[in-house]
Amino acid sequence: MKFSYEKTSSLPEAMALYAEKGGRHPVLAGGTDLIVQWRSGARKVTGFVDIGSVDELHGIKDCGDGIEIGALSTHADIMANKLISKYFPALADACRSIGAVQIRNRGTIGGNIMNGSPAADCPPVIMVLGAELLAQNILGERWIHIDNLFTGYRTTSFTKDELLTKIKIPKLASGEIVKFYKVGTRKAQSISKAVMCVRAKIVHGGIEDIAIAIGSVAPTVIRAKGTEALLRGHVITSALIDQAILSLEDEVQPIDDVRSTAEYRKFVCGSLIGKFLKEV
Amino acid sequence: MKNNMKIKISIEINGKDFEIEALPETRLVDLLRNDLKLTGTKEGCGEGECGACTVILNGAAVNSCIILCGQLKTGDRLITIEGLSDGDKLSAIQDAFVKNGGVQCGICTPGMIMVAYALLEKNGSPTRFEIAEAIAGNLCRCTGYTKIIDSIECASAAMNGGKR
Repeated sequence: MKFSYEKTSSLPEAMALYAEKGGRHPVLAGGTDLIVQWRSGARKVTGFVDIGSVDELHGIKDCGDGIEIGALSTHADIMANKLISKYFPALADACRSIGAVQIRNRGTIGGNIMNGSPAADCPPVIMVLGAELLAQNILGERWIHIDNLFTGYRTTSFTKDELLTKIKIPKLASGEIVKFYKVGTRKAQSISKAVMCVRAKIVHGGIEDIAIAIGSVAPTVIRAKGTEALLRGHVITSALIDQAILSLEDEVQPIDDVRSTAEYRKFVCGSLIGKFLKEV
Repeated sequence: MKNNMKIKISIEINGKDFEIEALPETRLVDLLRNDLKLTGTKEGCGEGECGACTVILNGAAVNSCIILCGQLKTGDRLITIEGLSDGDKLSAIQDAFVKNGGVQCGICTPGMIMVAYALLEKNGSPTRFEIAEAIAGNLCRCTGYTKIIDSIECASAAMNGGKR
């Protein structure tokens, strides 16, 4: 059976082509993960719907209350973008941690999200930022909150004919801090052992609010709600930091795999929340 | 674009216009090496991890082993290692690699040089850290990287007329 390669620069046509195959032919954007999965045999693929030329999926713009990022924005685009460096530098940090120059010039934020890897670097950031994702099909569109996106390992709540077209991130309130951390085997070309993003509002040394999102420690990216609750409303003291470290180590339930052990991952998560609390 | 049929696109490679005809799922590295006999671009891993296959596409360093011909479009501009030298005359970057011990077996070298080229186009005076960051996607099994960084630093100095 011949490989099917379909390409269009029209978004409606792309949605029609994707729906026609019942979602069985994945959309191809940058291809930095998908092409590797296909060529290695890790994923059985009999065709692609190449959406890389759909111009309206590019672009990053300020829409007043938030920033809208086109799903085809590459990691390099995001790193270079002035709106991102002004409003969400942590997202640029996440993109900078991905792969290497050659990967970042091709890989897209849409792909990083929809590929669905629990180790993906952008999801923890957009999760603490409360992002919304625009799912479009030939019948219409709907916004899905990031909290409702991942339903299981490499599974999203998108239907078989929906494409991710935009990511909208609400601007932060004043006084909020967002920090991104990634621990991998080395600083480039590494899938994380643990990847974390923390967002907090600190007022006079007290944690008015906090959100902690972590990847690579569960089948999907998760929020550490137990540890958040422990911290919320409290002044940062070294006793609280110690409690938070123990709480987070206990709260995450990672597995042993080729990249790391559960024990090390728990340790890293504890270390990172400790680092965040000591440095704010 | 229909299934099973070759696609035709007009792209520029090393400053010359080419009419490419290939199946859309053909990898760019295979088009370059097998169809166009531009064998300067090497394949090390086929997974986008080692950087040996690096070429410049529309000004950006990319891994040609994970780009499919179908992803190219008319008007795209490609630069391969062959595009850097002028007959027997080496470019400043190539010359710097030769003079600074940046080449041993040579298999990583074209990829390293293409990344260096892309870097120096954007940043004429990179720091050693910026050079290391730029080549983080390129593996070398021979040199230990130090002389590669020296070579790129030397090239940037030469291209700035000897000034840093």
